[in-house]
Amino acid sequence: MTTKFTPDHEYIRIEGDTGIVGITQFAQEQLGDIVFIELPAIGKVLKKGDEAAVVESVKAASEIYAPVSGTVSEVNAALSTEPGLVNADPEAGGWMFKLTLADVTETETLLDDAAYADLTK
Amino acid sequence: MSMNSQGRPTGIGTLGTSATGSALLPEEPLLFEIGDTDHSGVDLPDVELGEDRLGDFARRSPLDLPGLTEPEAMRHYVRLSRLNHSIDSGMYPLGSCTMKHNPRLNEKIARLPGFADIHPLQPFSTVQGALAVMDQLSHWLMTLTNMAAVALSPKAGAHGELLGMMAIKAAQDARGEAGRRIVLVPESAHGTNPATAAFLGYTVKAVPARDDGTVDVEAVKAALSSEVAAIMLTNPNTCGLFEPQVIDIARAVHEAGAFFYCDGANFNAIMGVVRPGDLGIDAMHINLHKTFSTPHGGGGPGAGPVVLSEALAPFAPVPFLRKTSGGIELVEHVGEQALGRVTAFQGQMGMYVRALTYMLSHGGDGLAQAAQDAVLNANYIKARLEAVFSVPFPDYPTMHEALFDDSFLKGTGVSTLDFAKALIDEGFHPMTMYFPLVVHGAMLVEPTESESKQTLDRFCDVMLALAEAAKAGQSERFTGAPFKAPRRRLDETRAARQPVLKWERESEVPQAAE
Amino acid sequence: MLGAIGAADVDALFSAVPASALKSFSLDLPTHSPEYLVEAHMRALAGKNRAAGDGPFFIGAGAYRHHVPATVDHLIQRSEWLTAYTPYQPEISQGTLQMLFEFQTQVAKITGMDVANASLYDGSTGTAEAVLMARRLTRKSRIILSGGLHPHYRDVVKAYLKDDQDLICLSPSPEGQGDILDHIDVNTAAIVVQTPDFFGHLRDLQAAADAAHAQGALLIVVVTEVVSLGLLEAPGALGADIVVCEGQSIGNALNFGGPYLGLMATRKEFVRQMPGRLCGETVDAEGNRGFVLTLSTREQHIRREKATSNICTNSGLCALAFSIHMALLGEAGFVRLARLNHARAIALAEAVAAVPGVSVLNKNFFNEITIRVAQPAVGLVERLAQRGILAGVPASRLLPEAPEVDDLIVLAVTELTTESDIASLCAALTEELA
Repeated sequence: MTTKFTPDHEYIRIEGDTGIVGITQFAQEQLGDIVFIELPAIGKVLKKGDEAAVVESVKAASEIYAPVSGTVSEVNAALSTEPGLVNADPEAGGWMFKLTLADVTETETLLDDAAYADLTK
Repeated sequence: MSMNSQGRPTGIGTLGTSATGSALLPEEPLLFEIGDTDHSGVDLPDVELGEDRLGDFARRSPLDLPGLTEPEAMRHYVRLSRLNHSIDSGMYPLGSCTMKHNPRLNEKIARLPGFADIHPLQPFSTVQGALAVMDQLSHWLMTLTNMAAVALSPKAGAHGELLGMMAIKAAQDARGEAGRRIVLVPESAHGTNPATAAFLGYTVKAVPARDDGTVDVEAVKAALSSEVAAIMLTNPNTCGLFEPQVIDIARAVHEAGAFFYCDGANFNAIMGVVRPGDLGIDAMHINLHKTFSTPHGGGGPGAGPVVLSEALAPFAPVPFLRKTSGGIELVEHVGEQALGRVTAFQGQMGMYVRALTYMLSHGGDGLAQAAQDAVLNANYIKARLEAVFSVPFPDYPTMHEALFDDSFLKGTGVSTLDFAKALIDEGFHPMTMYFPLVVHGAMLVEPTESESKQTLDRFCDVMLALAEAAKAGQSERFTGAPFKAPRRRLDETRAARQPVLKWERESEVPQAAE
Repeated sequence: MLGAIGAADVDALFSAVPASALKSFSLDLPTHSPEYLVEAHMRALAGKNRAAGDGPFFIGAGAYRHHVPATVDHLIQRSEWLTAYTPYQPEISQGTLQMLFEFQTQVAKITGMDVANASLYDGSTGTAEAVLMARRLTRKSRIILSGGLHPHYRDVVKAYLKDDQDLICLSPSPEGQGDILDHIDVNTAAIVVQTPDFFGHLRDLQAAADAAHAQGALLIVVVTEVVSLGLLEAPGALGADIVVCEGQSIGNALNFGGPYLGLMATRKEFVRQMPGRLCGETVDAEGNRGFVLTLSTREQHIRREKATSNICTNSGLCALAFSIHMALLGEAGFVRLARLNHARAIALAEAVAAVPGVSVLNKNFFNEITIRVAQPAVGLVERLAQRGILAGVPASRLLPEAPEVDDLIVLAVTELTTESDIASLCAALTEELA
């Protein structure tokens, strides 16, 4: 299991041919209190960089992009009643959606831990 | 810093007491908590219907609509009103919002039965005076802007902007140039500009601002192509600066076959001094509630007439005026190819009457004076504050509003928002914050021509004293502010996470945790 | 002040303006004028209008002349209401915010819907916004407008959706014929049904809702005479998904067409796709109840090109007038007012039906009916106006493209219409049609 990052502060945790997508600790701190999350429809086919979800804080709305191409296989339904999970626990309980990856090798172009840490220094 | 008995800071203060729950400002319940379904403040005959003509559609579900008696209503709304800041009770240094004095003659005239009690669909022969008001207002607007035509009907500035861009689209379609899909919008634009362009299906392309806060004609030229439909430019711009290259920008836009939409939100800075038609503008909306003193009313109603160039005049929406030997009529229908109608009836007549009253009171000379006074006041604030509050774009004199940034707060632990909230405790409405977006921690101050030098000085004194307090480490008087308003800071996260958008009886409120 | 600024004169402050454009003209406009002269000028213009209250008056068609209690106009002229800005600073705007929360509650109650917004410009633009909202919600595109929809509302929707192949506008339906259900298909995002419709007929909302929902479409209900909701079943109880009303009838004068008040209400689950401002309840730092504008990420100042609409104004003062008037009425007063209007309309319908040459087209109605006069209505209405009677709206003024309505007049009454007004109308009609 590896976790990769995008320069737009999404993470994707790769388990076999499935990727679990959310936003990073750094991103949730920047956004502040999250009040609503619009999740993608299950079955939606996303290309890398497509708008997949929208995260709303009180004063801002931010698009979440698909880190890699794939098909949405599951969404975190708990977020509809408890969007604060993204603030409290972004990289575990606050995950947003799962993708069945179209091409596992695509993840190689993403940032690893060290590169992402550099970016947010 | 000194503290009062509740541990709240005193000091610079201009307000006497803490307002929350004070003797003259009691807590006011919701009308539903005071009223009852059998309370009524209106004496109406209780007629018996013999056989009704409602078919099967009579109401069966309960209304459950509590009412108030007349004295209850009077007290409820008077008490609530006192929880509002208003231009009549204090200064609103709100950049881009133009909170100027609202003369009461306007209100008196708008209530004459000959204006207030006439129906939009009366025969034209019975409303010649109303049509003359529209005609005279049109004349003033076209003369002040040196434009060929005006469409009065838009309900507010954003609506006018939509109409103006629809007219541009219609003109391009008529020329067989429907392929123009891009609208250029400078980064400093009002949020409505990209929203309007996107609404009409255009792709928005941002034009970067120069370091001096203005738009570079070369950047516009670089962005222009045969696919560009229009540029949407605010002038004076949202940084409070007059675009020095506006005429060159207009020329470049026209040479590329595109149109020039000007957001006229800031026309109050130049009315009677500069005519937009002389700058090459094709369409511009005018916020009657900003420039011509119709009241803001707690968020509307506004009015947003749009002036149009010769090229766009044929694409004006209905209705418009036509003079005949028998008087003035409204043209309410034209062919399908035109833009059509953007609102029922003829728009915001109540606002036309107020704006025309204001224009007649001021005259052409007085309107120019008002613009120049607004610019003078803004420059005075800038001059008094610029040693402490940094000015991001110092190269030009400012127009009607002065833009500062929050770099003076660096290291104080006080945010722009905190600073603005502390102004409330001093009796001022906060300035516009975090807009325009091109400046980090922007603070935009617009005094308007209505404020006296004495008020400007008091405002500047307070601003300087607060800056000093922030730098002196008195962060708690900011981070907790306001202390003296009817409410402390409100929990907006809670409001958005669990929206409660109406009152419900206890029994109807769903239990929290399922 | 110039000294402090370091400018020689005010012109120096306009140095960024190209010289060719600065004061390069002389304005052909009058100079400033004292208050009494301005008032005289405006009074003279007002005097050239025939006010509704000057004689018998039967015009409706989307704007209605009702009594507005003196308390309403007194209160809305208070400085703190009239001259306040949009309540973006909630700590010093609790008056406006609490009022909006109460207003939203009142609108939700009379429409029978879960939630209402803090108002839109008017009913016509509200209808266009509702159509766009339905497309966002259903991700479908076909919109069907009933032939009973106010023609101006239809035209506004057409302008907003210019050249849209998926907009179906049905022909005017002056006889109240069912005209919409057969057109609904699986690609339909919404149908738009007005009740009472433009011709005064009451429409079967339940049937419309059932037919729409069966195809996954939404029902948008338009109400131009909001007083009717005192007597007619709430659209929300009949399956409406979005309700748009023109709220002018309550608290607001005719004003020759504006400012008016758009009401919009919907189901709870659709609220994030609803345009316009919303006020919500919360608490302040000391735990006291307070109100704020909320869910504002839908709006243009944050979403910019991704906003739900380009609207950035509501109709605040008109909403205040509505809310005060509605509070003064309460349930008891609102129902009485509606009953009074309906009783007057029954009296009108019976009286005009007895005039030779007049037939009434409506079986069911609230306070507005359509009559056929067997001659061009425009000329007749103009002749009646010369006699001092404003006898309704010739349908052809709004529907010039439909020759079949040339002989129709839409007539409205309210609580202000007297028996003698009705008698005068009938007498004049009898003479003109003889």
